[in-house]
Amino acid sequence: MSTPLRTPLKTALGLGSAKQGLHHFMVQRITAVALLLLVPWLIWLVLTLITLDFAAAHALLAQPWNASLLLVLVIAVFWHAQLGLQVVIEDYVHGKGSNLVLQLAVKLLCFLGAAAGVLAVLKIALGR
Amino acid sequence: MSANARPLSPHIQIYRWQIQMMTSILHRATGIALAAGSLLLLCSLIALASGTETWAQISGFARSGLGTFLLLGWTWSLAYHWLNGIRHLLQDLGWGYRIEQFVRNGWLVVAGSLILTILVWVCVFAQRGGA
Repeated sequence: MSTPLRTPLKTALGLGSAKQGLHHFMVQRITAVALLLLVPWLIWLVLTLITLDFAAAHALLAQPWNASLLLVLVIAVFWHAQLGLQVVIEDYVHGKGSNLVLQLAVKLLCFLGAAAGVLAVLKIALGR
Repeated sequence: MSANARPLSPHIQIYRWQIQMMTSILHRATGIALAAGSLLLLCSLIALASGTETWAQISGFARSGLGTFLLLGWTWSLAYHWLNGIRHLLQDLGWGYRIEQFVRNGWLVVAGSLILTILVWVCVFAQRGGA
């Protein structure tokens, strides 16, 4: 490179101006692959749930495999949603203040959603 | 303005709609819709964790006109975003970039999302009718 002030370490780390490198891109795709596999199972689960009463629905979700998959699903959904909404806001909301407020709101809401979802699944799986 | 005679991109009113931009816009729109929909899904999880009455409320809402409409929209959004997501992952691997492939796969995704939505709702109405 022509700029003498750029250290080789910067190139070696490869994190760029956002200091994150490929992290956003990779996590978006990792969660995408997780959801690619989980969504057909979710559709099966919802189609089964609508035929069941409360006790049977509760028992179905309390089964270890269903609860585990649901935990992964909840985390992957809200993580993937946060990453996707972040890009949409970056692209279309140009005001510095409104961008910051929206990004923060999306991050906090997605965090809350994931936390509440995990707690609900754990309560169903471990409760009774 | 007349002094500034540089080429401009076409105005939205005369821009020709094409499948390439439609699939991209729909991917974002369905993504936003699914983010909102995931809050509904979260509500039903919390309802199931809370007890019988809350569960009865949420399943009553799901069977109402508005609930059915929202769930129908959620199903199509999910089907579209899922199929188009597969298309994007394959594009990340470098597949499907020739123009005719790109256009064909776009239409495949649109048609496939409608077919999947119909299939799921045939199952829904078959099971609701029985219950």
